[in-house]
Amino acid sequence: MSIIKGGSFIIENITPDQVFTPEDFTEEHRMIAKTTADFTEGEVAPLVEELEQQKEGLIRGLMQKAGELGLLGADVAEKYDGGELGKVGSSLITENTVKGGAFTVAHAAHTGIGTLPIVFFGTEAQKQKYLPGLATGELIASYCLTEPSSGSDALGAKTKAVLSADGKYYILNGTKQFITNAGFADVFIVYAKVDGEHFTAFIVDRDTPGLSLGPEEKKMGIKGSSTRPVILEDARVPVENVLGEIGKGHVVAFNILNIGRYKLGAACIGSSKYALEVSIQYALERKQFGRPIADFGMIRSKLAKMATRIYVGESMVYRNAGLLDDILSGIDQSSADAGRQAAKGIEEYAIECSINKVFASEVLDFVTDEAVQIYGGYGFIQEYPVERMYRDSRINRIFEGTNEINRLIIPSTLLRKGMKGELPLLAAAQKVMGDVLAAAQPVDEGLPLGLEKSLVDRAKKIALLFAGVAAQKLGNKLAEEQEILGNLADAIIEIFAMESVVLRTEKALAREGDRAQVKAKMARLYCYEAFQRVESLARETLAAVEQGDTLRTQLSAVKKLARVNPVNTIGLQRDIADRVIADGRYNF
Amino acid sequence: MKILVLMKQTFDTETKISLDANGKIDEAGVNFVVNPYCEFAVEEALRIKERLGAGEVTVLSVGPERAETSIRQCLAMGADKGVLVNTGGLEGGDEFTTAQIVAKAIEKVEYDIILAGFQAVDDGSAQVAPRVAELLGIPQVTVITKLELEDGKAIATREIDDGVEIIEVALPAIFTAQQGLAEPRYPSMKGIMQAKKKPMERYSLADLGLDAGLVGTDGAKVKIVELSLPTPRKGGKIVEGEPAEAAQKVVQLLRSEAKVI
Repeated sequence: MSIIKGGSFIIENITPDQVFTPEDFTEEHRMIAKTTADFTEGEVAPLVEELEQQKEGLIRGLMQKAGELGLLGADVAEKYDGGELGKVGSSLITENTVKGGAFTVAHAAHTGIGTLPIVFFGTEAQKQKYLPGLATGELIASYCLTEPSSGSDALGAKTKAVLSADGKYYILNGTKQFITNAGFADVFIVYAKVDGEHFTAFIVDRDTPGLSLGPEEKKMGIKGSSTRPVILEDARVPVENVLGEIGKGHVVAFNILNIGRYKLGAACIGSSKYALEVSIQYALERKQFGRPIADFGMIRSKLAKMATRIYVGESMVYRNAGLLDDILSGIDQSSADAGRQAAKGIEEYAIECSINKVFASEVLDFVTDEAVQIYGGYGFIQEYPVERMYRDSRINRIFEGTNEINRLIIPSTLLRKGMKGELPLLAAAQKVMGDVLAAAQPVDEGLPLGLEKSLVDRAKKIALLFAGVAAQKLGNKLAEEQEILGNLADAIIEIFAMESVVLRTEKALAREGDRAQVKAKMARLYCYEAFQRVESLARETLAAVEQGDTLRTQLSAVKKLARVNPVNTIGLQRDIADRVIADGRYNF
Repeated sequence: MKILVLMKQTFDTETKISLDANGKIDEAGVNFVVNPYCEFAVEEALRIKERLGAGEVTVLSVGPERAETSIRQCLAMGADKGVLVNTGGLEGGDEFTTAQIVAKAIEKVEYDIILAGFQAVDDGSAQVAPRVAELLGIPQVTVITKLELEDGKAIATREIDDGVEIIEVALPAIFTAQQGLAEPRYPSMKGIMQAKKKPMERYSLADLGLDAGLVGTDGAKVKIVELSLPTPRKGGKIVEGEPAEAAQKVVQLLRSEAKVI
């Protein structure tokens, strides 16, 4: 199987068989999802209230139970007692833990950013020492990057490491802030600068002399998860606990965040499905004016939009998981640097990982916000589940790289790939300029997804056009123009979203026939609206970097590309709502 | 010890049943699961094997191709082997035909004891396992909540009205599981990944030497004339006012409107 280049979607079109979609889930995938959901609903969900109170030992015990079932070892190799379930399998586990409240956060932090640094960058000895325990839940991991004065600017960390006189230990000093799982973790992945200069990752055991914990933070949401400062005062860390190379901590940190981001995407989509489910149930039960509120158009429209965005997000998350599985399957697991090769492979999809993080966390915010609205006054009351979901959602746009940082990563990584010649961006942008002057391609709306495919194609052209103008006009100054980069990021995100949903729907129509009609309606609704957002991003950006006749010419080119027959989106929403309400949950 | 479990695949209990244009149950978009009572039987079988430290658990199911996914689910829980009798289009049978098929298929399987769910959550007839016992000519104890094995015999506790009945029976015998027998385990990730590699025997009705006329709708003793969904409940009526006055009004309504008194 040929490997698809990260970011290439912006200039190339691919076919449905080149993407993984939920329609491709195997029997094992379904069983993994079901077992995780059954476990969470049966063992964790009944304790959500106690978890919120951070009852001593509770999460730890549940993590151990999850470990016994293999729910912690999806990303760990079999020889270290893991399950090697692939990224699709691992995403399904993450997605299906969401009814577990704080457990979900502990699970994601442990299996993702906690365990993966050792999976990818550990030496054989480190892997043998830590991975079996981490995979089975005997050991719980925690990731310590952020500091009081360095969040987004992670490399600005002040924690310092100095080699001891006998050369056996690094002496660490500093404070790490907002550390998830800190309260009950055994293993801390700590970043510190050797001699105040060389950013390096360390594995620090809980019982290391000099390691202590600050008090629990009082948080807005995910209250049940443990979030504490980790304080290092002359903490003596054996030299064999250096993770990766001295001075290469950033390689560990950023690669791990890539995976953390895609995993967060899966968690957000899972949580969104849950919020939609309770919203439908409530809308059916709650009566006003003598009718269930699920009868009312504005409520139905909300449910349709929620389901549509979830469908799009889900298409993106599993497309990304499929990309990662494809590139990782080419790696010989028995080779000594298998972990590093894997990290390198994942880095290839840094753009896609960031896109997923931003999109899915914003889907969840949208969905939980509408869920509260559907619940009305009751949504504001703690007795009802959406009050917590709304608060818990908010952190997702902040941690694992704020959405702003991720929005910067998307265009800058893409431009870097263009500069390095990995992606022929410049040629593509120039070709678009030429194409626009030629006659427009007729859209065949009679074909299934004919309109949607044309919209994806033209959204790419519009984005290349305004990106090309911005890059040409601003040159090196582009890096400083964050608003422009943000617009570029938003257009790229929309394009990945539109294309993912179209490719998935094309596959679904071929396999499921009539039953996929509602999927096609969701694809149309999303693409039509997203296309207009891309157009408006182009207009705003061009107006900021150009003026006069050149601007007018460019805007008319955009206008030409953006010509589209009107779509009855209200009609689409009504049909989508019918199905979602009949199913009583997200069932696509 | 060779333990055979009879398992039926059913609709997920949360499924909303709807009828298609032909008045048949619409299976599109439905999740299929191991019948929950059969899951108790599988769990008990696994526990017997674990207690004895040896043995083999075989799960047998009769149904269309999709039933395989539920057999795999049992294999993921820890069963050793699956047997699928694929009814391939001849699904419209009843308890009588299914029992014939199961009894015939059991000729291909070695067993010392047979376990099954006491009923399926879909049609709820609770007949197949007892019929199979009759066809095989072995004892049966239904609706059990406890099972102890000794040399060549079993002591089963079964639920009866106002109490329990404890029955000693010679093996081989069939036991049907009630809730409480054994809380099913979650399949582990390792179990799930191994399930596909475990042996699965497949038989068509022809392989078992069964005549198509004796199975499916043609062989069934029960004919389904029509399926209909329960009529939705109409909203109630709240009679307001002082208790004495309201009671009077209720009586009046019961007489004149509902016509029940």
